[in-house]
Amino acid sequence: MLALVAHLAVRLRAPAADPLLLPIGVLLNGLGLVLIYRLDLETPGDAAAPTQLVWSTLGVALFIVVVLLLRDHRVLQRYAYVCVVAALALLTLPILFPSVNGARIWIRVAGFSIQPGEFAKVLLAVFFAAYLAANRSALAYTGRRVLGVERLQLPTGRVLGPIVAIWLISVGVLVLERDLGTSLLFFGLFVVLLYVATGRTGWIAVGLLLAAVGAVAVGLLEPHVHGRVEDWRHPFASIEAGEGPNQLSQSLFAFAAGGTFGTGLGLGHSILIGFAAKSDFILATAGEELGLAGLSAVFLLYGLLVERGYRTGLALRDPFGRLLAVGLASIVALQVFVIAGGVTGLIPLTGMAMPFLAQGGSSVVTNWAIVALLIRLSDRARSRLGVPRAEEAATPETGRHEHAGAAR
Amino acid sequence: MTRHIRHAAFFCALLLAALLVNAARVQVVEAPAYGDNIANRRTTIARYGQPRGDILVDGAPVTGSKDTGEHLRYERTYTNGPMYAPVTGYASQVYGTTLLEHTEDGVLAGTDPLLSPFPLWGAAARGRYPGGDVVTTLRAAAQEAAYEGLAGRKGAVAAVEPSTGRILALVSAPSYDPSVLSGNGSSVARSWSTLNRDPDKPMLNRAVRKTYPPGSTFKVVTAAAALDAGVVEDLDVRTRTPDPYTLPGTRTKLTNASDGCKDVPLRKAFEWSCNTVFAKLGVEVGVERMAATAGAFGFNDPDLKIPYSVARSTFDTRVDRAQLALSAIGQYNTRATPLQMAMVAAAVANGGQVRSPYLVERTVRAGGGTVAAAGSRPMRQAMRPSTAAQLRELMVDVVREGTGTNAWIPGATVGGKTGTAQHGLGNSGTPYAWFVSWAQGDHDVEPKVAVAVVVEDADADRGEISGGGDAAPIARAVMEAVLKSSPEPRR
Repeated sequence: MLALVAHLAVRLRAPAADPLLLPIGVLLNGLGLVLIYRLDLETPGDAAAPTQLVWSTLGVALFIVVVLLLRDHRVLQRYAYVCVVAALALLTLPILFPSVNGARIWIRVAGFSIQPGEFAKVLLAVFFAAYLAANRSALAYTGRRVLGVERLQLPTGRVLGPIVAIWLISVGVLVLERDLGTSLLFFGLFVVLLYVATGRTGWIAVGLLLAAVGAVAVGLLEPHVHGRVEDWRHPFASIEAGEGPNQLSQSLFAFAAGGTFGTGLGLGHSILIGFAAKSDFILATAGEELGLAGLSAVFLLYGLLVERGYRTGLALRDPFGRLLAVGLASIVALQVFVIAGGVTGLIPLTGMAMPFLAQGGSSVVTNWAIVALLIRLSDRARSRLGVPRAEEAATPETGRHEHAGAAR
Repeated sequence: MTRHIRHAAFFCALLLAALLVNAARVQVVEAPAYGDNIANRRTTIARYGQPRGDILVDGAPVTGSKDTGEHLRYERTYTNGPMYAPVTGYASQVYGTTLLEHTEDGVLAGTDPLLSPFPLWGAAARGRYPGGDVVTTLRAAAQEAAYEGLAGRKGAVAAVEPSTGRILALVSAPSYDPSVLSGNGSSVARSWSTLNRDPDKPMLNRAVRKTYPPGSTFKVVTAAAALDAGVVEDLDVRTRTPDPYTLPGTRTKLTNASDGCKDVPLRKAFEWSCNTVFAKLGVEVGVERMAATAGAFGFNDPDLKIPYSVARSTFDTRVDRAQLALSAIGQYNTRATPLQMAMVAAAVANGGQVRSPYLVERTVRAGGGTVAAAGSRPMRQAMRPSTAAQLRELMVDVVREGTGTNAWIPGATVGGKTGTAQHGLGNSGTPYAWFVSWAQGDHDVEPKVAVAVVVEDADADRGEISGGGDAAPIARAVMEAVLKSSPEPRR
């Protein structure tokens, strides 16, 4: 029903939009509700699915509002600085609230806990896209001269300013809120956009260097983060120490129990993970009960969503739109990677919501906003250019960049 | 810019590939290792997620499963738990399983691939099936008679069917109710520590896991060896035995409980249980032939399984002649489980053949099909059939007019042998009362039952413990129960 209304809204206001985006969102959101409801059955005192349904409804409502009211994405470019101020405000807000399970990322309002950092993601993506679209050539030019001619020399302070600022924000978020995932996401988002905007690998190198220094320092000094890294390196250490399995090992057990085809919905025991089984570890339930087959399908759905986002970015012509599409798609991609990699033991575990699947109102609303913006962007891209002409339109810019590359 | 968008997209594709590869690693490659991790409770949950199969005696289950509605859902229950504990063992969610619950766990818990309707597929799939049942060879009437006969006194009873090796009764006292160990709560832990601290050791399976000095009951073995070896050729020819008998190479004088053992023939010596005669016979037979006969009866066999393992009964082969003399009357290092002594009586009753004893008649699927049947058990010739016939005569005399008259059953032929075994440092312990016997109903074609009873500390007030007084009535009750319930229902 919700999906139908959303679909009508898209047909009405964005008839040329990418036809895959909305169905993927609906499918993932629906799967998330099913999995949460399934886990509710094992925790009779704590029903999360109804709340999640309310939030999903809000998310779809926001989706419809965005699709209906936002006629042209370039309007957002004008509000770039409003966005960044709002984003920073949202990010700092939870510092005033007590920490929950070692992370200080929630605020409680009227019984609902909200993660403002989730909303900040979209706002920051808008800001980055607008800022980089505006200063792209300057950054590229300065960067090329300084790094190209004398690689040991740092970029000028004026150009370095933004990256240092965002690095400081990331580390600030990390330290003050103990939220490794969000800081990784912001930083990754910025680096991707910077690279796309300027094409300077030098920026990437500088960024990664700073990130590495920050991560190592925090990983060694901050006990909470340090513990996560240790858990990742030795997931079964707590078992060997006789303290029983920790969450990560329980999560790995759940995935392993699923095998190739899964135990079947409702027949697994992922509830053994305990705390956060419905949110951060929701993927373990999918892995155990739907198996590797189901898990791969979920991953591929995300992959498809991201791919449609990137394709939209390729098809658009204005730099802001391109960067925004790429940024939004990258948010999804990075978030999926960080949390899915975390619960499957690929990278250190960081608390983060699986887009659409996990319990968490702020997250689901934010993801619907992302899909709404992508719909808007793809409608613009495809209605103006027509789908097959996307490559054609992109050619001149590609040529220019290859030129630049050759000159370098 | 387009090129860089493509680069970024490629990067995202790499992330996706990494996720997929890692998921495959966790879910397929590492899955068995993770599944077997001791901290992974899934196996446990699955194990207790279905009712456990039952252990059947005379067609009726003596076990059950209780749905607790907890995380580990089904708990074991027992009817007549203490009576059948030496057979069933316990199946605890905390402390594991023992005895039949342990050896037949695959069938009971439903993991045995043979439970599958298609066994090869079952072996490949490693699935879990509804728990199968274990049909035992026990006879409920005999078990009850033995349990009530001991009446909580420390001791044990083992009864077998001589011609097949079926175990008809297996009782150990004092016993315990295994259902107190079934669950996983704090009361289970308390019961566990209480049972383990109990000085009477209620969880010790005395019938198969404890060895006792067999005392005079071992004279059956010595007599068999002497007859087989030709040391004694006629039961009624006088043996040249002094009374008291000086152990060879020592100055220790061996005496008898009763008078008149000087030079008596084997028949009388057996009836009166003359230590002197049998000690001398043992020495004359020699350690090699004594050991061979004892071994043929089942002594010194560390591998006996019924299907759970039975403690090794011993006959020491590295002895001097004095020690051999003592060994031949069931002292020194000669030790036997009650089940072993029942096998000795069974061998006499069965023409000298020892059938390996067993407890599990069949295992069946929940639906009723047979998974595995016991089949014919291996057999050993412990003595010549003629020797067995002579020994039957001797044992019948014991019950008719000797020390074992308490075991007499009207309408049946009963043969037995009493024993009173010294033990403890300097024989300071309360002696063990033994009785081994067999019985054949007047209408039966062969002996139907062989029993061994040991009572550790019978009535201390009576001053004297004797196999005939304390153990023989229990043996009679068990034999009567078996004879009455014959012919046994074949299932």
